[in-house]
Amino acid sequence: MKPMITFLVRRLTTSALVVLISSFLMYFLVAIAVDPLSTLRASTMPTLAKQQQMAHLTAVLRLDEPIITRYFDWLKGASGCLYGQCNLGTNWKTHEAVTSMLSGAVVTTVQLVLLATVIAIVVGAAIGIISALRQYSGFDYSITFLSFLMYSLPVFWVAVMLKSFLAIDFNDFIQNGGQFSAGWIIGAALVTGLAVGAACGGGRARLLRIGGITAALVAALMLYSNVSDFFVRPSSGSPLDLIKVLLISVAIAFGVTTLSTGLRNRKALYTSLTVAAIGGGLYYPMLFFWNGVSGSWLLMIGLAVVSAAVGVGVGYAWGGTERSRSARTGAITAVLVAAVLFLDRLAQTWYDYTNSTWVHGRPIATSGDSTPNLAGSFWMHTTDLLTHIALPSITLVLVSMASYTRYVRASTLEVLNQDYIRTARAKGLTERTVIMRHAFRNALLPLASVVPVDILFILGGALITETVFGWSGMGHLFVQSLHEEILDPVMGYLLIVAILAPLANIVADVLYAVLDPRIRVDA
Amino acid sequence: MTNDLHPVDRPADHLENAIELKEVMGLSQGQIVRRRFLHHRGAIVGLIVLALVILLAYSSVGFSFLGLDVPGWWRWTITDLPDIVNSGDPSTVGGVIPWGIHPFGQDDVGHDVFAMVMKGTQTSIMVMIVVGVVAMVIGIVVGAISGYYRGWTDQALMRITDLFLTFPVIVVGAVLGKRFNEAPPWILAVVLGAILWMTLARLVRGEFLALREREFVDAARVSGARPARIIFKHILPNAMGVIIVQTTLLMSSAVLLETALSFLGFGINPPNVSLGWLVSNYQSAFSARPWLFWWPGLIIIILALCINFIGDGLRDAFDPRQKKVPSAKAMAKADSNAAAQTTPMFQRIVGFGRSKRGSSK
Repeated sequence: MKPMITFLVRRLTTSALVVLISSFLMYFLVAIAVDPLSTLRASTMPTLAKQQQMAHLTAVLRLDEPIITRYFDWLKGASGCLYGQCNLGTNWKTHEAVTSMLSGAVVTTVQLVLLATVIAIVVGAAIGIISALRQYSGFDYSITFLSFLMYSLPVFWVAVMLKSFLAIDFNDFIQNGGQFSAGWIIGAALVTGLAVGAACGGGRARLLRIGGITAALVAALMLYSNVSDFFVRPSSGSPLDLIKVLLISVAIAFGVTTLSTGLRNRKALYTSLTVAAIGGGLYYPMLFFWNGVSGSWLLMIGLAVVSAAVGVGVGYAWGGTERSRSARTGAITAVLVAAVLFLDRLAQTWYDYTNSTWVHGRPIATSGDSTPNLAGSFWMHTTDLLTHIALPSITLVLVSMASYTRYVRASTLEVLNQDYIRTARAKGLTERTVIMRHAFRNALLPLASVVPVDILFILGGALITETVFGWSGMGHLFVQSLHEEILDPVMGYLLIVAILAPLANIVADVLYAVLDPRIRVDA
Repeated sequence: MTNDLHPVDRPADHLENAIELKEVMGLSQGQIVRRRFLHHRGAIVGLIVLALVILLAYSSVGFSFLGLDVPGWWRWTITDLPDIVNSGDPSTVGGVIPWGIHPFGQDDVGHDVFAMVMKGTQTSIMVMIVVGVVAMVIGIVVGAISGYYRGWTDQALMRITDLFLTFPVIVVGAVLGKRFNEAPPWILAVVLGAILWMTLARLVRGEFLALREREFVDAARVSGARPARIIFKHILPNAMGVIIVQTTLLMSSAVLLETALSFLGFGINPPNVSLGWLVSNYQSAFSARPWLFWWPGLIIIILALCINFIGDGLRDAFDPRQKKVPSAKAMAKADSNAAAQTTPMFQRIVGFGRSKRGSSK
């Protein structure tokens, strides 16, 4: 523990120094980049008035003083943040304090960046592992090509494309009653069938079988969605919806058990099935419960923790020699089933949301981070958040996923060549155990050092997505202030990034040292 | 499963090695690299497409170099304002292939979009090359000095490198672009090069740290070579592979960075044309005239993708451990001739020097 503390202290001290120096450099650069007088200079007002105004602005912004004295004044205000008296200056056009401008923007950006990062990691890592397991197959080559393509995508172009095609088309689709055409059904079924079949690997017969089943399933689901008007009213809390939730929960139970312990571990399977049944049993009580309380994110997180605890309890109740494993399976299933209940409740507001006076039947928003003046429950606002965050986060995921895929693929291939994998196979362990327990964890290890640093890259991408989608986040604030020649908000943004970057590096190092016993931190 | 790790030598391994050995027998390092590169399908396709795009961009609307104006063969220039034909829709052959008087359409004032896009492509290519050269030079100098001299020089230079890495490049790029967007495009390119060299410097430093301990460097030093000579004549050629690969990757990110900055308004502005500026300028028209930003975006992707593929090919070509994996067909074909091709002696040598790669399909 002691070396860790020394390490942290030393790194934090050097990081503070880095923040100081980089903030000075950036202050200098921004100060020479922005020219608050430019609009005045270009204006056509009489020369005398112009000179007066310019002199006035110069005096207010102290443009005649050297940059370094202005920097130290700024630093004095900024260092107030250490003891709760932040003064990051003001926007000289609107006289709004930078701290109040930033406070809302930070939350908006964090939502976007976090969601995009989580999705990118989960999807990217999953694809990377599958791609590595099927090395040199058609699937692997296609994924390699796709990730090259994603590397080469300009963020702003993707954002504009999504905005103009995906959003408008989806909204048209909803407005026209949410019915899939025959062409769509066939196309979607073929593509998913082919992708899933190729991802499962094996010979041509297996590909055709799995692909065929998947394609049939997708087609059936889409037809069902047409018949039941799923996109108009996805759920209404009827017994039919209860059956749907139950079916999905059972599928989750089987899926989680397969990945976590294998279906042969009966106790684990029974645990997760019990959890699924409990979820189904709680369907109506929970609907009753939601009507009684006003929802909040804190409550949701609390409920997720409670459900995980229930899952653990069920696992221990089933007993057996491998109780802890059943408990783990139960907990994962419970959280996922709880998420399904949550989504179902959210789906019940969909109809009201799309047909509300604020939305007018076109749910996917192309600009802004929330519908102005939207009134309604927690569920209404959550749906609103999701419809607004969808496009920017898809954009960010598309451009940042490729690096995770490539990274996880490479590390999985390396791990699979290790001696302990050979040992595991030699012991006669099943392929699932070898992959999930021995390879998977070690393959994901390097991500611990990549993700914190990569978040910075996504933050840079957020600059563009926020601008295109009109999100009032930090990136948008930065771009707009830079355009309008206002120094202080720009410096506020840069200060946050300057603090985040070394922090991310420290987190990466510590995380790696905690996860990998071979790595020791030494300052 | 494709990943069973069989400790026993399998004929497939020998086959792969045999193919590889045949490939490298009696060739110099340069020849090996060149051969491998030429056998990398993705890289060659990328190279050809890139060459065609460059040829098209420079020959169509012409260019001026050192005050010398070279006219292009295309009928419009970016300043022409012909009458709007067919409400600005792209003229095509059979509704699909862009051809005719305005193959990429016209914007709402009448500018020929093909000419605009070609001019923007020229800008992107110029930026790409200038950024590549500038970043490569800075990266090599910083990395070489810091790796060769180590000690406090290394510490100081690496701390400066870390400092540059604090901010996402697009953020620093935006601030610098704001300062330099009135200047000619090549100045912006130089500035962008000055903020993209860090990863290269780190890699070069790593290479130098490893290479400077090798015997041939000791030999050079003992025979009285001066540091500059050791760095440039002895170590640098051996680090060239890493440098070239990293520079190509850097060039593709330079294309994306410049267009992104121009899109935000912090890059290249009129009268100069940038693909990012075109997308930004036309984005409000996307429902009425989608072709206005189809083409600029497509060209950016083509440029970046081609360079990424070339970089991938170069990486494979320079990596001595990299083995070319024959296709299933080639393996089957070679399998039938296996006995004739591999002698016992050869098998022993190959089996001994086998690389650690386990999965062998």
